[in-house]
Amino acid sequence: MAASSSGYSRMFCKLRKYANKSQSLYHIDTFNFVIRTIWISGSKTQLQPKVHAKSLPQMVGVVGLEIHAQIQSTSKLFSGSHVRFLAPPNSLVSHFDASLPGTLPVLNRRCVEAAVLTGLALNCTINKKSLFDRKHYFYADMPAGYQITQQRVPIAVDGILVYSHFEGRKRNQVVTKSVKIKQIQLEQDSGKSLHDDERSQTLIDLNRAGVGLMELVMEPEMCCGEEAAAAVRELQLILQALGTCQANMAEGQLRVDANVSVHRPGEPLGVRTEVKNINSVRHLAKAIDYEIQRQMEVLQSGGTVLNETRAFDSKSGNTIPMRDKEGLQDYRFMPEPNLPPLFVYESEASVPGGVDPAQAVVIDRLSTQLPELPSVKRTRLVETHGILQEHSFTLVSEDGLMDYFESVVQMTKAEPRKVIGWVIKELMGNLNSQSLKVSQSPISPCALAELINLVESGQISSSTAKQVFQEMWKAPEKKVGQIVKEQDLWMINDKEELQKICQRVVDSHPEEVQIIRRGNKKVLNKLMGEVQRETKGRTDPVKVRAILEKMVS
Amino acid sequence: MFCKCAARVSRALRPAHPRCGVLTLPARSDTVSASGTSWSRWTYKRESSNSAWNSKVPQVPTWEPVAENQLPPPTRVSPDLVDKLERLALVDFGNKEGVDCLEKAIRFADQLHVVNTDGVEPMDSVLEDRDLFLRDDTITEGECAEELLHLAKHTVEEYFVAPPGKNNNNKNTITKKTSCSIRT
Repeated sequence: MAASSSGYSRMFCKLRKYANKSQSLYHIDTFNFVIRTIWISGSKTQLQPKVHAKSLPQMVGVVGLEIHAQIQSTSKLFSGSHVRFLAPPNSLVSHFDASLPGTLPVLNRRCVEAAVLTGLALNCTINKKSLFDRKHYFYADMPAGYQITQQRVPIAVDGILVYSHFEGRKRNQVVTKSVKIKQIQLEQDSGKSLHDDERSQTLIDLNRAGVGLMELVMEPEMCCGEEAAAAVRELQLILQALGTCQANMAEGQLRVDANVSVHRPGEPLGVRTEVKNINSVRHLAKAIDYEIQRQMEVLQSGGTVLNETRAFDSKSGNTIPMRDKEGLQDYRFMPEPNLPPLFVYESEASVPGGVDPAQAVVIDRLSTQLPELPSVKRTRLVETHGILQEHSFTLVSEDGLMDYFESVVQMTKAEPRKVIGWVIKELMGNLNSQSLKVSQSPISPCALAELINLVESGQISSSTAKQVFQEMWKAPEKKVGQIVKEQDLWMINDKEELQKICQRVVDSHPEEVQIIRRGNKKVLNKLMGEVQRETKGRTDPVKVRAILEKMVS
Repeated sequence: MFCKCAARVSRALRPAHPRCGVLTLPARSDTVSASGTSWSRWTYKRESSNSAWNSKVPQVPTWEPVAENQLPPPTRVSPDLVDKLERLALVDFGNKEGVDCLEKAIRFADQLHVVNTDGVEPMDSVLEDRDLFLRDDTITEGECAEELLHLAKHTVEEYFVAPPGKNNNNKNTITKKTSCSIRT
């Protein structure tokens, strides 16, 4: 602003000189006004303040995700060893996993079915014939020197993941977006390596080597960390509903790498960097946003973005260059000679004669086994119970909350909208503050339904009910009626009693009554508050207000 | 049955004619097997037409060298490519002999260009007409940690030990390069 204002004053001085010569101050004033508006609008463009009169379109981020989901199966992809998270090192390793010479891969049917189910849930085209390839690179946690993957013809291609995220100041506007899934392929996992820098050695544990992974490659259609986080959350829900992957990022069952670049809309895509080492969905959003910011700053200061791999440091929230890729890695892909093509059949009828139908993977059979997907559940909740869309998201995201809600709704005559308020505010509020899961809630659906029924029938007021809820939380063994009786929280419904209390309050507050009579109706709320306080909240606010209004007028 | 016949053959083989070096089989009329296989019939027929021995193996080489003009231009392996290949395959062949050997091998393989492969799908597995066997999802292997660890020279508390990986700035510490033995 300083630069522009000094320029402006210089122009103004020149104009002044001209004006003094021509003696027409009127013209100067309008010219002055015009100049000022041009200068002000010019300084508003942050990117190119001085050079261009018209501002260039803002740079936007472009994010593509590569997700590795560990298939939930009993045994590994190509061998019969057990798949388990924690086990003594190298105890779940077979001869094939250790890449001993003479061992051959044997494909696990469960992994193929898991990949096909995931493909069907994400609206992919399942390739009836898919091929396996070898991807060669040397690293200690991969004893064979190559990874068996599907690069040429993967098992599923061209899918869509539909996800929603919240916008608006109150985060209650639901925006639905979709991202295309380029392909889903089956591949082997590598082992785990523990780096011991003191003794300059790496310890290798091959328990994880050979476990089946589904690699989901998404098109670079997202623009920021929030969208990516929402997409990954939706994918987690889908995979958990299908049972093909437990999708826990902290345990490494779902690994997400982000490819981030920036460009101006309409121009070709910029140089991308790959961000790794992301352990949770929140870290994903932070890492992507930081990387987009960093790249924009690099480009604005005239530098160029390097095509590199960066690791996310959760403590500082920054990305750090990991290792320089010595040129582009050449993986020397080669068809896997030990595995013939994988055939997946459309229906029982299309299985050829020589193949055992129990052995074959049949798409029709699997699509009948597809469970209800999260998006379908949400639509059903909104339509059946008439709740808000954002509430349906909370219900489906929390494990077991939907069932809890539906059982309460069944047992009470109250409107689902009221039940939702109880479930989301009171129940979830308490669960979250104590980091409990829905299954660990001390208040059962029956108890909550009883409480709500009491409110509905007018036996306790809603404010008392909240008190009772907290009491029930602390003492789950007591029944609702018991607590209400113990603390004498029944609603005062007797008209005479109410009249007496209101009269008492009105008599003890003469000044307020005068103010109300003179026209300030808001002070009535103060009187109502007094009544509530006296009765410990055991009154119906609507009735009290009516009585007070009659008394005061 | 086939194995038994083969065993008998290997016991008594002698070349019939020194020039063509083709091995004939001894007379077998006395050892005709019970089911009267075509094998014994074949040997009988062979003995009767000994003079007009119809061998499938050509008597003189029929192979002709491929003319240079039919081949694509010779491939030169640049020093950069040699470095890259050494790094990717961990093979030590950076000297002149190694590069010459590689270029000659490529030239030899170039002869395949003479074959017309229009409309022919490349074969990537001899198992292409077999069904891929799908295994049930049951635990059948594992729990052989001791056996596997015994195979390694250097282990630490049930872990295999490897030199520090690519995270260190030390290149080529993963495995040693194997040197390429050249037979000229």
